[in-house]
Amino acid sequence: MPVSGGTKWILRIGSAITLAFLYFPLVVIGIYAFNTTRVQTWPPASLSTRWFSDAFHNTGVRDALWTSVRVGLAATALALILGTLAAYALARYDFFGKESVSFLIVLPIALPGIVTGMALNATFTQILHVSLAVWTIVVAHVTFCIVVIFNNVVARLRRTPASFEEAGADLGAVPRRTFVDITFPQMRSALIAGALLAFALSFDEVIVTTFTAGSTETLPIWILSNLQRPNQLPVVNVVAVCVVVLSIIPVYIAQRLSNDPVTAVGTVTDIPAGPGN
Amino acid sequence: MSARPATAPEKRPARGHPLAGLFWRIRGLRVGSLLAAPLGWLGVVYLGSLVVLLIASFWTLNEFSGLIVKGFSLDNYKTIITEPVYRRIVLRTVSLAALVTITDIVLAFPIAFYMARVAGTRSKGLLVVGVLMPLWASYLVKVYSWRTMLSTDGVINWLLDPFGLHVPTSGYIRVWIVMAYLWLPYMILPLYAGLERIPNSLLDASGDLGARPWRTFRAVVLPLALPAIAAGSIFTFSLTLGDYITPQLVSNTQFIGNVVYANVGVANNLPLASAFATVPILIMLIYLFIVRRLGAFEAL
Repeated sequence: MPVSGGTKWILRIGSAITLAFLYFPLVVIGIYAFNTTRVQTWPPASLSTRWFSDAFHNTGVRDALWTSVRVGLAATALALILGTLAAYALARYDFFGKESVSFLIVLPIALPGIVTGMALNATFTQILHVSLAVWTIVVAHVTFCIVVIFNNVVARLRRTPASFEEAGADLGAVPRRTFVDITFPQMRSALIAGALLAFALSFDEVIVTTFTAGSTETLPIWILSNLQRPNQLPVVNVVAVCVVVLSIIPVYIAQRLSNDPVTAVGTVTDIPAGPGN
Repeated sequence: MSARPATAPEKRPARGHPLAGLFWRIRGLRVGSLLAAPLGWLGVVYLGSLVVLLIASFWTLNEFSGLIVKGFSLDNYKTIITEPVYRRIVLRTVSLAALVTITDIVLAFPIAFYMARVAGTRSKGLLVVGVLMPLWASYLVKVYSWRTMLSTDGVINWLLDPFGLHVPTSGYIRVWIVMAYLWLPYMILPLYAGLERIPNSLLDASGDLGARPWRTFRAVVLPLALPAIAAGSIFTFSLTLGDYITPQLVSNTQFIGNVVYANVGVANNLPLASAFATVPILIMLIYLFIVRRLGAFEAL
């Protein structure tokens, strides 16, 4: 469609406004992290870095960060195995019920997070009678991280023809050799990208986590519970900025690696698997 | 499981583990062994939990002992339907989900169109990353930032003050603004992908047949973008239905999620919370059914 010069400029300005809208809250919280006083009024009277050392030495923050990292690593590792297996099966084979399987994989992010959280909470507390702890958070996170890995790997496998694997087999490579020399190198960067995104998703998740954490505090839960304490807000601001930076870096690297704009959010299926649900 | 290989190698490996031959002969075994673990996890842990949720929604709470009675009763559903407060909360949540979805469609269109059809390769790449990063930047931090921005001493009041305006006090409007912000990237990215798939030849043909740009937009671009809009709206809709933290942080207004969370926590009425959690499932199933008719799944 021939877009006229005038329309182009309107679209350009509209896009700029939208981007500014998307970044504005992140910039505001970034500025508040350097606010000298405890009171959150705008504009901040003066700026300093004093709260950064407070946040760094805060044991609550440190414990929560360590919990989040452990949960993220465990959930990512498990999701990596499960998501890759599922992706390989769906990308390389046709079988009965294929549609239902891909629907089941996407379901944990298509249904609201509160449903997943509530369902797991009822199962843990009423059926299994276990107390909520770190491992119950991991189980919950794996469930919605699988789709992130799956999407990245399946997109990669669809772009790389199976003929390479066939050639390997024709030349006498045993399946393990074909996997190590052909399939794995093809998938490697997609696996890394998927793992980074899964970690970022787990690191940020709060809704499902509040239903499966019990008294365990991940970093987002620490932020949530400290929002009610005005005294803690300066430290919360610093933690908030660190969390944003820590979640954006893996996404940036993943985006570079996957080299395909759509897979980084989601997918072949145009479904953005992102945080928030 | 009956399986036929789509693209999988047919050649039997020359040598290797004795069992390898068996696996290569029986294709179902190959697919089955690949899918056993992921399907086991999602089937048992996830679907199993959803079944538990459904069963728990038929339990009741003994008002005197505060203990859960694990029987079968429709009392919770009766409460949800007959209590005016709960009915209002359900309607409020659904109307908010619709409003947020429409807002995001309108806000997403200019930038998605620019990314897909106007921007050069380089700026397109930058814009995609530019939209992706706020999508992934911590959800909680974004809500928290809005909480401070919307406060009396916040930056929005500071900006509006010279014009004699102030931030909205209505909880519904505050939650609407924040959620429209939160889920905007989830609409921009599918819409961008959808608009990019429209072949240039169709747009040229429309122009050749004498349609002005606006007419081409309405008669060609919009109908072809509909599946992408529907795909994005699944997310804006579902995320709005399930979010209880945004209403809690920027308003005092109750939505479905708040009722679920309050009942599983403070009120300790897990059966009622479970029954209430089935409401978003039902709404999403109806929504997915409608959206499928719009062809969202063909776009997926």
